[in-house]
Amino acid sequence: MRGELPKWVDYGLLPLVNLVVAFLIAGVVVLLIGENPMTAAYLLARGAFGSGYGLGYTLFYATTFIFTGLAVAVAFHAGLFNIGGEGQAYIGGLGVGLACLSFDTLLPWWLTFPIAIGAAALFGAAWAFIPAILQAKRGSHTVITTIMFNFIAAAVMVYLLAGPLQKSATLGPRTRDFAEGAHLPKLDWLFSPVGIELGSSPLNISFLLALLMGVLVWVLIWRMRFGYEIRTQGTNPTAARYAGISETKIILAAMTLSGALAGMMALNPVMGDQSRLQLEFTEGAGFVGIAVALMGRSHPVGIVPAAILFGALYQGGAELAFDMPNITRDMIVLIQGLVILFAGALEHMFRPAMVRFFAPVAPRVRAAATGDTG
Amino acid sequence: MDKSTVESAGTPAPRDLAIELIGIDKRFGPVHANKNIDLAVERGTIHGIIGENGAGKSTLMSILYGFYHADSGEIRVGGRPVHIADSQAAIAAGIGMVHQHFMLVHNFTVLENIMLGAEDGAILNRGVARARAELQRLEKEYALEVDPDAVIEELPVGLQQRVEILKALYRGADILILDEPTGVLTPAEADHLFRILAQLKQQGKTVIFITHKLREIMAITDTVSVMRRGEMVATRRTADTNVEELAELMVGRRVLLRVEKGRSHPGAVKLSVRGLSVRDSRGVKMVDNVSFEVRAGEIVGIAGVAGNGQSQLLEAIAGIRPAESGEVFLDGRPVAVTGYADPALLRRLGLAHVPEDRHHMGLVLPFEENENAILGYHGGSEYVSGPFLDIDAIRADARAKIDKYDIRPPDCRLRTANFSGGNQQKIVLAREMERDPIVLIIGQPTRGVDVGAIEFIHRRIIEMRDAGKAILLVSVELDEIRSLSDRILVMFAGRVVGERGPEASEGELGLLMAGIEGERAVAARPEAVS
Repeated sequence: MRGELPKWVDYGLLPLVNLVVAFLIAGVVVLLIGENPMTAAYLLARGAFGSGYGLGYTLFYATTFIFTGLAVAVAFHAGLFNIGGEGQAYIGGLGVGLACLSFDTLLPWWLTFPIAIGAAALFGAAWAFIPAILQAKRGSHTVITTIMFNFIAAAVMVYLLAGPLQKSATLGPRTRDFAEGAHLPKLDWLFSPVGIELGSSPLNISFLLALLMGVLVWVLIWRMRFGYEIRTQGTNPTAARYAGISETKIILAAMTLSGALAGMMALNPVMGDQSRLQLEFTEGAGFVGIAVALMGRSHPVGIVPAAILFGALYQGGAELAFDMPNITRDMIVLIQGLVILFAGALEHMFRPAMVRFFAPVAPRVRAAATGDTG
Repeated sequence: MDKSTVESAGTPAPRDLAIELIGIDKRFGPVHANKNIDLAVERGTIHGIIGENGAGKSTLMSILYGFYHADSGEIRVGGRPVHIADSQAAIAAGIGMVHQHFMLVHNFTVLENIMLGAEDGAILNRGVARARAELQRLEKEYALEVDPDAVIEELPVGLQQRVEILKALYRGADILILDEPTGVLTPAEADHLFRILAQLKQQGKTVIFITHKLREIMAITDTVSVMRRGEMVATRRTADTNVEELAELMVGRRVLLRVEKGRSHPGAVKLSVRGLSVRDSRGVKMVDNVSFEVRAGEIVGIAGVAGNGQSQLLEAIAGIRPAESGEVFLDGRPVAVTGYADPALLRRLGLAHVPEDRHHMGLVLPFEENENAILGYHGGSEYVSGPFLDIDAIRADARAKIDKYDIRPPDCRLRTANFSGGNQQKIVLAREMERDPIVLIIGQPTRGVDVGAIEFIHRRIIEMRDAGKAILLVSVELDEIRSLSDRILVMFAGRVVGERGPEASEGELGLLMAGIEGERAVAARPEAVS
């Protein structure tokens, strides 16, 4: 990363510019199929934020993305690329499902919930631990292994849900519905006092858990000794070796933490919405988490708004597809893809221009990095 | 009388200038890297540019070579104003550059490297034949023999540099810029380089020679320009100046070039290395059965050309790189160096380590200064409370060190990358020295550090010695080794080939470093290293 920018540009303006460009191109596509992009944008925004119901859904999706975004971010700080959030969340869901099926008739929700949290974290962590140990001991790259584990997770879940865990063949591959003791409370009590009625949206208490995890991740990375070691290993492995930081320990711990966070994502759809374990409840959230983490600069303060943005795209996009028949579900995926492309993959496209533009106020990194050999 | 004659009357002896820089100005954000620089380089001379690190020498040359664009000012080549947009334009204007870090493809042959970027079309045959013929002509003309079919990584550094020079000449360079060319060379190789440069000068080429070593300026240049903090402070005929004047011009005040130190009073053995052998990651034996001792209150210097095993030796002792065999005793206690060694444990036992490469090992550059001030000691009870970092204590401690070591700017929240080389090194030194270690191992204490900071660092090292620390010093700067060490070990090809006192002459050490006296010295080693 050559060239340093003022923080507000790096963390605020640059993602915003990326976003605006993504929307501009999406707008051109909308124009090409003969619809008015401004109307489309309005419908999308209204669908996402225009009603309590819409907002509820937006934040429901955001909850999922906060978990997976944090998961990717923790691994990132250790210099690891965990693209297995999808599989870890899937297996995390297995933990949630087993906890719920075991205790939902015995305990009230507030006792089942912590057990399910623990089970989600444990199962997700275990699924990440295998690629972690392969990386730490054998040097197998996590990018390869974690993505392969996504497929294994999917196969395992199909086997379980169409086999041992299946309720009945007529209902398809899913467990029985959870009883009252495994239903997470909605957040109406939080939003009603300010006049927002969430309606039938599934926004539930795991949203608050996601925010809490954001705080805990911040404390871990920036305030704890172990977070310091994670950042050292992730930023400069040679310096970490010099400092006596064990690479093996960091890889194992960071990946299992990452997997635990990804696994906890399953609480939201499985326990908070569907109230049963079924196939493909993750809906690609593990991959969206990568874009969220990139856009949020692996910092919780960036990840939460980025997750809400993607939540809004999911919810508003669905509404848009409904209101504008020309805009199909595939178009929405295209728009989401553009945002991911610009926010994630092309994140550094506008950076050099920004560095030039803001050079007069930027700190002297360039000079120190390039001028001091002279 | 027309205007031009008036002008030439105003400048009586028009010189034949190869390069003229007029009012070059360049800023990087708040840093004014080049302030209104004027420079005139006469054709067929060797022109030295000297200055501390960060004085703006490399920036100026980068502007001349098209890496940067000046904010204002004019460049004239051979009297003609030119716009140098990129390095291609510089090459077209007849300017060639030999970089400090060679820009060679290691697994290519000499010929392939020389052709790179000037291949003459997609089919190589014709280009190869032409390049070979041209290369032979250049080698003859400038006495620059290199085997065109040798693979770069098999050539010694001195020859690799020669390839860089040939590369520039092949592209038709009339003006050759050499950026710190002697940093990686043995004294003998440096002498050879100087002979090549003299030859180039005789053939009418112009050489711009950038260095921070005063001795080289005196040895080779015709004219010398001194830069300080982005300004061109003086240009002198080399014959009309001397080392003291140049040093003062560089730093802006009088500097002590010689380190003042009293006699050493060696005490008990604090670091003992026996039969240490280390292989690098490719399995090549880099340290071969090395034994020595360092006593309390003495500095043992390890001299040698870079790449003769010093780095691996330091890393093995510091527990960073597992040794193949051998033993290390720290204050009489055996420490594990084969298999897995733990640098954190060694720190707790009293070993402090200033690594050779502060950018890659000693510091995490994107971190704040205070975060680097605890690297390696971050588990220390004064910096943590439970599993949490005690941020206030860490910053207070960093501020105290900034004060004591005069680290500038005095801001412990600043990103470490934003400090100059000398100040970065002070951050590392403060961290390692303030822990009151028993044994201090230091690699390249003043690499990339400006003259003012060198003086400070040398003084601190002597103070540590006088405080009874056992110090192992590795440096490729022979002057530094000679002026600081109480005993000098010379490493060549992984072995300690000789031990000398600090009074040993440069020539004597130079021969050892080049491995020429190696056979005899190795034979004498059991006595030499007792």
